[in-house]
Amino acid sequence: MKQGAEILIDTLLKEGVETIFGYQGGAVLPIFDVLYRTKELRVVLVRHEQAAAHAADGYARATGKVGVCLATSGPGSTNLVTGIATAYMDSIPIIALTGQVPSTMIGNDAFQEADIVGITRPITKQNYLVKRVEDLGRLVKEAFYIARSGRPGPVLIDIPKDVSTNKCKSKILEAVSLRSYNPTYKGHSLQIKRATEAIARAKKPVIYAGGGVISSNASDKLKELVEKTHIPVTNTLMGLGSFPAAHPLFIGMLGMHGTKYANFAVSEADLLIAIGARFDDRITGKMEEFAKSATIIHIDIDPSEISKNIKCHIPIVGDVGLILEELNKIISPPEISEWLSKISEWKKDYPLTYKEDGELRPQYVIEEICKLTNGEAIITTEVGQNQMWAAQYYKFNKPRRFLSSGGLGTMGYGFPAAIGAQVANPGAIVFDIAGDGSIQMNIQELATCVQEKLPVKIAILNNQYLGMVRQWQELFYDKRYSHTDISVAPDFVKLAEAYGILGIRVDKKEDVEKAIKKALAYKGPVLLDFRICRLENVFPMVPAGAALTQMVDGIA
Amino acid sequence: MRHIISVLVENKFGVLARVAGLFSGRGYNIDSLCVAPTDDPTVSRMTIVTAGDEKIIEQIEKQLNKLVDTIKVSDLTHTTHVERELLLVKVRHKGKRSEVIEIADIFRAKIIDVAKDYITLEMTGDEEKLSGLIDLLKSFEIVELIRTGKVAITRAEK
Ligand SMILES: Cc1ncc(C[n+]2csc(CCOP(=O)(O)OP(=O)(O)O)c2C)c(N)n1
Ligand SMILES: [Mg+2]
Repeated sequence: MKQGAEILIDTLLKEGVETIFGYQGGAVLPIFDVLYRTKELRVVLVRHEQAAAHAADGYARATGKVGVCLATSGPGSTNLVTGIATAYMDSIPIIALTGQVPSTMIGNDAFQEADIVGITRPITKQNYLVKRVEDLGRLVKEAFYIARSGRPGPVLIDIPKDVSTNKCKSKILEAVSLRSYNPTYKGHSLQIKRATEAIARAKKPVIYAGGGVISSNASDKLKELVEKTHIPVTNTLMGLGSFPAAHPLFIGMLGMHGTKYANFAVSEADLLIAIGARFDDRITGKMEEFAKSATIIHIDIDPSEISKNIKCHIPIVGDVGLILEELNKIISPPEISEWLSKISEWKKDYPLTYKEDGELRPQYVIEEICKLTNGEAIITTEVGQNQMWAAQYYKFNKPRRFLSSGGLGTMGYGFPAAIGAQVANPGAIVFDIAGDGSIQMNIQELATCVQEKLPVKIAILNNQYLGMVRQWQELFYDKRYSHTDISVAPDFVKLAEAYGILGIRVDKKEDVEKAIKKALAYKGPVLLDFRICRLENVFPMVPAGAALTQMVDGIA
Repeated sequence: MRHIISVLVENKFGVLARVAGLFSGRGYNIDSLCVAPTDDPTVSRMTIVTAGDEKIIEQIEKQLNKLVDTIKVSDLTHTTHVERELLLVKVRHKGKRSEVIEIADIFRAKIIDVAKDYITLEMTGDEEKLSGLIDLLKSFEIVELIRTGKVAITRAEK
């Protein structure tokens, strides 16, 4: 006979879990008590449950494994909500374990009771309230299977305190099979054939690759496809790293803050091959204008993404990797040399640029970080201008190196995600590219870094503004900067020191390189406070609702 | 356009909430919804009447299919099927009791309760038949009217 909490931990170990990001509380005392003696499992004690969820998510994005977080009932569980929603929007496999009040008290408005299963229903792939200890092992196993298979996503398991303490005979199931859940992995061969025919005929094809390429671990197959066909590739924010930025056929990110040449190419394309991407409105701009002369091939594991926003002509439902493998076997290259020279011209005529003067500009900071880390760091971002500059100016050559909240756009994501990524990759350089606003949403995690000896580097691009919002006010609200000035802020260097970590302030362009080198050489966590020009904007920009060809620019 | 969507789901706690949440969260209509276990007690059948253009209906079906606990989704609208709905209606007859009984006879509605001024009828049928009865009863006073929402079954091949 084993206690529920023991069965839970046994099952986690069986699933290959090595780390839990968690926070204590009354309803999870029995679980933490078992963790106390479980030496094989590392528990990272965060300082706010939201950070536990983001860290589990960062861990999952950096490794491809399932991330696990744990919180108590009531407020502990509701603090997870933003992190779960973030993972849901970006299809990241995490397991959220929550304590619940004892089953006999559920529904009584008991102390620290919240209906977290009800609250998280629309932001989880699946969730469970475990009613009997006998069901616990099976449901946990099922949860992992669901989180990581098909289109991945978060699964929450709510465990009443008595279920954790009750005992039963434990038998761990070997396999899960669910009659109601059978994702399609293999692509339809006829559709694959139709796609190859369309590709062979194309004159102006573009590949538009998203996060699905990364979650399917299909970067190599994408590269093979490109090498066989010479079709240029643009990435979504989520797709960055799925195709090497250094490759001559890479045309950067598309969409609202994409490169001009990517947006031009997609707008003129006669064939758009969407791979593991979902035609988000930040990508398409005005839907009716998006790739309007193109035949659209859409490869995706989720049938509900097909023709959801933009009508697709050749859908192929299944695992991106498996489908690309089949496609690569029979593909024949199109004749597109004219198209490629047109794209090279666009690249030459409309490069990504910023003003290179004596000012400390954020783009320069990112370029320096990229240079000094050889483009090999794991970069997480917060949300806002910092995120877009990181996406534009850091060159990602490998997958799982760019971790950013794309779908939900969650400020406060980057730092805890960096913690998760660092736990998973102790030897890697992990940088959170932060904004001065966002970093304050989970700044308390500095203590976690210290306690867990995680040498995460934070680069605050400090403009003393909620910069991205201020940019919209500048461009679309006649510079009425309503409530975006956050110059009343802590001294970040002193704050870092208060937590016992190294803080470095950088006011001048010429000090950037030295400061980054110092941070990289330093063994522990470092916070860099880059005092950038306050009014710098992210360009190019497609105004909301405009067509991709209607990009505005700061420096004409 | 109206669609009748028939969904087989796991008969588990929370599944109805997921389906209802899917409709409300994405702004789809539910005109009616019937749920009950099938001959297999671990499986429930939901019959959902909804409205929308082709694109919306396609999304509804895909989103329903995407739920982990959904076993099968079928749109019965364009297949040959039989629809039924149960109606209970309480009428104040204002002294014209026999007229109400006569109408009930014509429609083959059952009289299930009689009180001094009231008659309660029960009728099963398709949309048209139910509306026909309701229209005629309007000349009396309908005190309460309850409909179950539609259930539907495909016709066996002949
Ligand atoms: C949790 C959350 N609240 C609000 C927003 C809306 N928002 C998007 S960007 C932004 C400003 C971010 O400021 P900062 O972190 O300083 O980044 P910057 O744009 O200045 O680089 C805000 C408020 C958000 N994305 N997330
Ligand atoms: Mg800022």
